[in-house]
Amino acid sequence: MTTIPQGAGSVRDRSTTETSTDDAKPSLPPPVVWADERLGVAKGMGLFKKVFPDHWSFLLGEIAMYSMIICLITGTFLTFWFVPSMAHVVYDGSYVPLKGVGMSEAYASTLDISFDIKGGLLIRQLHHWAALLFIVGIALHVARVFFTGAFRKPRELNWVIGTVLSLLAIIEGFAGYSLPDDLLSGTGIRAMNGFMSSAPVIGTYLTFFVFGGEFPGESIIPRLYIAHVLLLPALLVGLFAVHIFLVFWHKHTQYPGPGRTNNNVVGFPLLPVYTAKAGGFFFIVFGLTALISATVTINAVWAYGPYDPAQVTAGSQPDFYMWFSDGALRLLPGFMEFELWGFTFSPQIFLGSLVLLPLVWIILGAYPFIEQWVTGDKREHHLLDRPRNAPVRTAIGTAGISMYLVLALATINDIIAIKLHLSINDITVALRVLFFLAPVVAFMVTKRLCLSLQRADRELVLHGTESGRIQRTADGRFYEVHEDLSEYDRWPLVQHEPMRPLSVTEESETDEYGVDRPRGIAYKARRALSEFYFKDRVEPVTPAEVAAAHHHGEAEALPGGHAEALEESHAEEHASLRSDDRH
Amino acid sequence: MTDDQLAVPEPHSTPASTGDADTIDRFQDPGLPAHRPRRADVDEKAAKRAEHQVSFMFTLSILASLAFAICYFAVDPNLRGRLIIIGPMNLYHLILGLTMAASLLFIGLGAVHWAKTLMPDTEVAEERHLQASDQAARDEAAGILSQGFRDSQLDRRPVLLALTGGALALFAIPVALPTIFGLGPLPGDALETTVWKRGMRLMIDPSGTPIRPEHLTQGSVIHVMPEGFVGDTHGEDAPSALEIMEVKATASVLLVKLNPGDIQSQKQLDWGVDGIVAYSKICTHVGCPVALYERQTHHLLCPCHQSTFDMTDDCKVIFGPAKRPLPQLPIMVENGYLVAADGFAEPVGPSYWERG
Ligand code: HEM
Ligand code: FES
Repeated sequence: MTTIPQGAGSVRDRSTTETSTDDAKPSLPPPVVWADERLGVAKGMGLFKKVFPDHWSFLLGEIAMYSMIICLITGTFLTFWFVPSMAHVVYDGSYVPLKGVGMSEAYASTLDISFDIKGGLLIRQLHHWAALLFIVGIALHVARVFFTGAFRKPRELNWVIGTVLSLLAIIEGFAGYSLPDDLLSGTGIRAMNGFMSSAPVIGTYLTFFVFGGEFPGESIIPRLYIAHVLLLPALLVGLFAVHIFLVFWHKHTQYPGPGRTNNNVVGFPLLPVYTAKAGGFFFIVFGLTALISATVTINAVWAYGPYDPAQVTAGSQPDFYMWFSDGALRLLPGFMEFELWGFTFSPQIFLGSLVLLPLVWIILGAYPFIEQWVTGDKREHHLLDRPRNAPVRTAIGTAGISMYLVLALATINDIIAIKLHLSINDITVALRVLFFLAPVVAFMVTKRLCLSLQRADRELVLHGTESGRIQRTADGRFYEVHEDLSEYDRWPLVQHEPMRPLSVTEESETDEYGVDRPRGIAYKARRALSEFYFKDRVEPVTPAEVAAAHHHGEAEALPGGHAEALEESHAEEHASLRSDDRH
Repeated sequence: MTDDQLAVPEPHSTPASTGDADTIDRFQDPGLPAHRPRRADVDEKAAKRAEHQVSFMFTLSILASLAFAICYFAVDPNLRGRLIIIGPMNLYHLILGLTMAASLLFIGLGAVHWAKTLMPDTEVAEERHLQASDQAARDEAAGILSQGFRDSQLDRRPVLLALTGGALALFAIPVALPTIFGLGPLPGDALETTVWKRGMRLMIDPSGTPIRPEHLTQGSVIHVMPEGFVGDTHGEDAPSALEIMEVKATASVLLVKLNPGDIQSQKQLDWGVDGIVAYSKICTHVGCPVALYERQTHHLLCPCHQSTFDMTDDCKVIFGPAKRPLPQLPIMVENGYLVAADGFAEPVGPSYWERG
């Protein structure tokens, strides 16, 4: 290679500095100098050299971030026309079927945004789709963080912040969904009123304070509005800022791989690569949201009509992120309600709503601390786990997801019944059973699956891959040559630490007579949990095991032939690498 | 082994590993693989092609933005049309959406392609350090804190400490109390009664016409509201829209004419008129209107969570999450029309604590 092409920035840099014409020292552009004199910004430019590792699963959090930004932008647009008022008006806009119908100003203004403001429908659709994508993004992002163990020390705090963010996100979504005051969202508010009043002791006070009196009143939409456009966005944006700051502060985790250790972070610098990739991805997310909004109608409020407490549509569901709660309300049987000392207890309502939501998030928030207590591992972790290498954690995750899915399915029990011509009662009963059964099955299957994947990894490291070449031994037998993994391919499969239960790693303390000291409940619980987590395990291959396997293999097949085959294959690999380079 | 360590695979720092034997017998990290140049790194033509592709995408974005602006003004906002798969839709909305999508997508795709083909793809490694500060920094921090504590004299004046805490804990009262109690009236007994009272006529919702029993046909369901809150509600002392909403949410009623022989409950028969019975329409679960009536089975189904009530057995719950039967409104005939014989005997709608 004699001439260095123009595109090859990285190659050129080093080799052409002598001949380069513009090798004068770069100086700061005047606006930056201006800012530096006042704020010292030059000192902070190192930020642009910050390194971020690359992996598709790291984009999930970005999807959430970008959809939140899209919600902020489009929501601001909506506030210019949306009127958060329950005052009665008679509709006189251009949507003919509703002309002359009495409705709230909130509903009428939503119709105006949809039909009388140019581009208004597009923005409404963008806002709603982005809201859904926001929550999907969060859910997938949480799953990524959970299954890879990214929540481990030192990131427990950011995990807690993340769980709060996700709770706020669905509340924000519910509040927004309720604003248009159409028949569907009004029914949602009615249900909210109902489950609030089921709260023991304070229920009626709660609803009267939140609704400003009896249902429906005239306060709930204005109040949800201020929560939706001011209080919750302020909290969301504030917490998100802390969340992303902590990502910078801790530096991003990375997947294990050659050269990627717990003491470094390998990837691309913020400037220019990450700026281009992440910035570009924002536009891709925004563009795809626009594409969906252009073609698929969501929340066609005009079709539902204005809210009327005496009417309802069949098959009414909330947005998908509320399905699990609505599903729980459908599954909890009515016989749970009882009266005691002249008061009514309705656990079949408050368990599925007032208790379920906080409970799910408390368990989620507490998980890192529970796992840390069980493993006793207080070190910092910056290398992610491959999910298979933490079988019990992964299985707990899928068990939780299966419970969520059963509840979500319950929300469409009526639709399933109609589509499949089944009795809705049978489906409901089946789902009640499934709620307890599914997590057990999911747990066992996932754990087994993880263990067999780990075994497959071992197999690969010990015996290499099939080369497709058949060789004949001296005594006329045929066998296929196995190629060892390269050092680089092998490393991700063997780098993880074996996790063992405390009963193996911690000496049990004995008194002076050699008898086990009596222990408290907490100690026993911790021991039991540790067994639960790590009793069944597959350990990573050690060099000694590989050596033993080789020895074994050579003894069985033909002596020497294997090694030759290996060299041959390496030579081929190199050749192919070189030919790659040429194109 | 201290609390704050980086988890390094090789050294013997694992609480969960058994020690020397297996820390020695581990594979060694081979380190970052050598960088393999991309085509555009070594082939000027490929680099040029990549540049053209990026330029092309950015150009498309610019064109799409301009197209959006032109269409915004030039296209008729009510242009409608039919699309394959999607069906009839507002084409103005579609055109704006598609041009906007193109304008955004091509910026994004261009930028990412640029980063992947032309910007450096050599991975760099940045070091990490323990989060925890070293002992010297911790000692200094401890010194600063304890100095501040002593300078404030809080260590010697415990009363001051307690009162500072107390004052800070309670200052929220003047702010929070009026906010919370200003939010709404106390419930009182508002939930216990509805507007129904003896002699009030049952009116068809939404027409607002009174009902003659002989006009009802077997098995038909009629949605009913109390007189004065439905139909033409304009006059002098007409209720406000707000009042009407509240009445709809509590006092709406379903009227069904059953074969008296099918009715299993004597009370249900007594409170009706020749098999014509009236029940609260507000679900005793969380308050949706119970609106689906199956003629054959005489079941009333709530569409929200599928509580099922048996019309022939005093609207008892036969399935689903509701517990209590729908309350019955006693009715009678007055001057040929159906009227309430009394208000509801119990609170309607969702359960609540004081309901008892
Ligand atoms: C950040 C997360 C946000 C989420 C998840 C969200 C979600 C929603 C949803 C689902 C709707 C119902 C839209 C419909 O189909 O009509 C809605 C409506 C609305 N949102 Fe948001 N929103 C967010 C942020 C914001 C912000 C920051 C603002 C204002 C600054 C805003 C202003 C509005 C307005 C005015 C409406 C009612 C207008 C209408 O429904 O057409 N939103 N929101
Ligand atoms: S509101 Fe009727 S079943 Fe829930």
